[in-house]
Amino acid sequence: MPLLEARSLTKSFPGVRALKGVSLTVERGEVLAVIGENGAGKSTLMKILAGVQTADSGEILLDGQPVALRSVHDALAQGIALIHQELNLADNLDVAANIFLGREPRRFGWIDAARTHREAGQFLAAVGLDVPPTTLVSTLAIGQQQLVEIAKALSTNARVLIMDEPTSSLSAREAENLFKVIQDLRARGVSIVYISHRLGEVKRLADRVTVLRDGENSGGLARDEINHAAMVKLMVGRDLSQFYPHAPHRPGEVALAVDRLRTPAHPRHEVSFQVRAGEIVGLAGLVGAGRTEVLLSLFGVTPALGGTIRVGGQEVSPASPQSAIEAGLALVPEDRKQQGVVLGMPVRENVSLASLRRDQRNGFLNLRREVELSAEMMAAMRIKTPSDRQVVQFLSGGNQQKVVLGKWLAIQPRVLFLDEPTRGIDVGAKQEIYKLMEELARKGVAILFVSSEMEEILGMSDRVLVMHEGRLTGELPRAELSEEAVMHLATGVEVAG
Amino acid sequence: MKKLLGIFGLLLAVCLFAAWASESFRSGYNVENLIRRTALFGVIGIGVTFVIVTGGIDLSIGSVICLVGCGLPWLLTVQKWSLPAALLAVAVVSMGIGLMHGLLITKLRLQPFIVTLCGLMLYRGITRGFTKDQTVGFGDGYKDLRVLATGKISIPFVQGFEIPAPWVVLVIVAVIAAIFLNRTIYGRYLLALGRNEDAARYSGINTGGMIILAYVICSSLAGLGGVLFVLDVNSAQPVDFGNFYELYAIAAAVLGGCSLRGGEGSILGVIIGTALILVLRNVVTLVTNHSNIEFAIIGAVILAGVIADELVKRYAVKRRAARALAEEATR
Repeated sequence: MPLLEARSLTKSFPGVRALKGVSLTVERGEVLAVIGENGAGKSTLMKILAGVQTADSGEILLDGQPVALRSVHDALAQGIALIHQELNLADNLDVAANIFLGREPRRFGWIDAARTHREAGQFLAAVGLDVPPTTLVSTLAIGQQQLVEIAKALSTNARVLIMDEPTSSLSAREAENLFKVIQDLRARGVSIVYISHRLGEVKRLADRVTVLRDGENSGGLARDEINHAAMVKLMVGRDLSQFYPHAPHRPGEVALAVDRLRTPAHPRHEVSFQVRAGEIVGLAGLVGAGRTEVLLSLFGVTPALGGTIRVGGQEVSPASPQSAIEAGLALVPEDRKQQGVVLGMPVRENVSLASLRRDQRNGFLNLRREVELSAEMMAAMRIKTPSDRQVVQFLSGGNQQKVVLGKWLAIQPRVLFLDEPTRGIDVGAKQEIYKLMEELARKGVAILFVSSEMEEILGMSDRVLVMHEGRLTGELPRAELSEEAVMHLATGVEVAG
Repeated sequence: MKKLLGIFGLLLAVCLFAAWASESFRSGYNVENLIRRTALFGVIGIGVTFVIVTGGIDLSIGSVICLVGCGLPWLLTVQKWSLPAALLAVAVVSMGIGLMHGLLITKLRLQPFIVTLCGLMLYRGITRGFTKDQTVGFGDGYKDLRVLATGKISIPFVQGFEIPAPWVVLVIVAVIAAIFLNRTIYGRYLLALGRNEDAARYSGINTGGMIILAYVICSSLAGLGGVLFVLDVNSAQPVDFGNFYELYAIAAAVLGGCSLRGGEGSILGVIIGTALILVLRNVVTLVTNHSNIEFAIIGAVILAGVIADELVKRYAVKRRAARALAEEATR
């Protein structure tokens, strides 16, 4: 009998059916990897198992008995703990206080500080974190904070530990340390559900793999079946070569030339590169490598501290998005809902937002032009919506992203930046975004995109630039692209020769 | 639109009830008075609508009214300034206050609540200082100017009722404001940044400049309101002139369909909202003879209004999401 079993879970959100009947089993003392593309439903499934959200239907069994997990508190009481992708620590408190937050050992109603620190020390030892329990969390590195989270979970006597992308912001060394802790915990009989995009890690750690696709189970792999190709095939449902519509481009003139750019985030490093018209260039690297910051400086959101930027040979210095747009640049930002679309406004008004200035008539809106423009972009971007009066909030993630693309296409940019263009959208919409990128490149737009998804970088780029801790560590032409080569550069090792 | 009809229906219902319950409510004098006051309060309500649309708030309106309303007669009668100079001075001061609020909020990233709360205390305190807390007024002078607030325009063939002059001011302000908000790119910018400032900025909108403009509009209209109010009543006491008026303006804007979360606002709505609040006040006084519970009644009505609005909105979102899901499933 499995320790934890989920049967046919379903869950819907406004505009999305996140889970369409997903099942999963977790055995005692195993590492189960749950993989899938963004938007496959992994995070939703884990939130349901941890009581953060409740399923619309389906059941969850623990030791064969149905349990109701209506809150995080319920789940913790049953021994299921979730470690979020974004850490949830109170960084103004010390390590011990965080471990026992909400469950402080008490004496006569007062916090028993001595016992808190003593017991915290034991859990810190269990995760191999060698800091005093009185250390302020804000002074710890991210990898150490993650270990505090794990110690916190252990202190609740967790039998099932769910980790959502635990290595996404860790350095290679910190990740290595985490793997050791995970193997340790497994040896002590704790079951671990491990969610990751990094197939290398999965291959190394997992006893079993469950794959989700579009909110459904697409298959599972036993220990000796786990390999890269098998995982990718289950994730995307077909071979990679078919999934990415990449055709080699014949790049034209240099559209964007960046020389010794210094961003406010990494003021000591200089970044130089070029992107040609009709070329798709991928910008790879680990989270925190400074990729987004480069795009934000080029687009004038956080203006560069130094260096020169040329668009079509003309030197520009974008001090705001407004001046970047005038120079022919456009950015599909990382956080679609916060920076990309205005959720409460209709499709039409979102699509026209960047081109209102161009189409104005002495300050007045050109309403007829706006209607034409939105019709044009809805067709070109294949935006699925009942009408352009539909409020963007009610569209799926993929359609929202197409609205953002449409907004930028309307101003006909020379250079298009995309930051994690397919994050959180379903597989079908993903492929459409790729096709649109291809079409734009064919029309001569220079495209520079940031992605943390290796498959996407490998599948869509004519050329890849790799960053590590604020520096460009290398450049790979399509012929030399491989996961190993990119990871090599992304972890800060210069290519020999 | 449905919301406007709802609030207008409520206004009609309250008016009908009042007309039935109180004979004095029906009198031409009372109706004229109500319309004149609605026009005066409507002007400041329109001002605050622009700020609320950006997701901000302006608590200093009443004190700006006090500053301008006391400052104008003080400059004219105590300091003996010429009329154009005094009018120019109060206009510059009102706009300057809005500009200062806007700069503090956008450049220093201070919260609108704090900035304008300090303004609330500051401008009234300054006024009480330079007037030495003495009542100021026009006395028997400036009759020509006072026509702007107290004048009446007779309607052909209608006896016993004339249109109060401030109504003309309100209509001009309202038409310009409505066109600006709904028909210019700047109005669209305000509505967009009120819902999502980041997305607006990433779309190339000068969000800081637009927010500053909203505060300048708000304070300028508060200044215009201050001039009209003091012309209306002829004299002003610095200690309480314009007291609480910002709350009437904000309440009217909310009743009229503004969301304090920003991004929504209707000029017609705020005028109807203003009328509703003033009629309620009037009804409470006339029907119950207890004007001291007026605030309680108004507070209760506004609270009921926003609760009803929220419930309707939630229901609409649910229905819409369900429909979107059903459509997706059939595709």
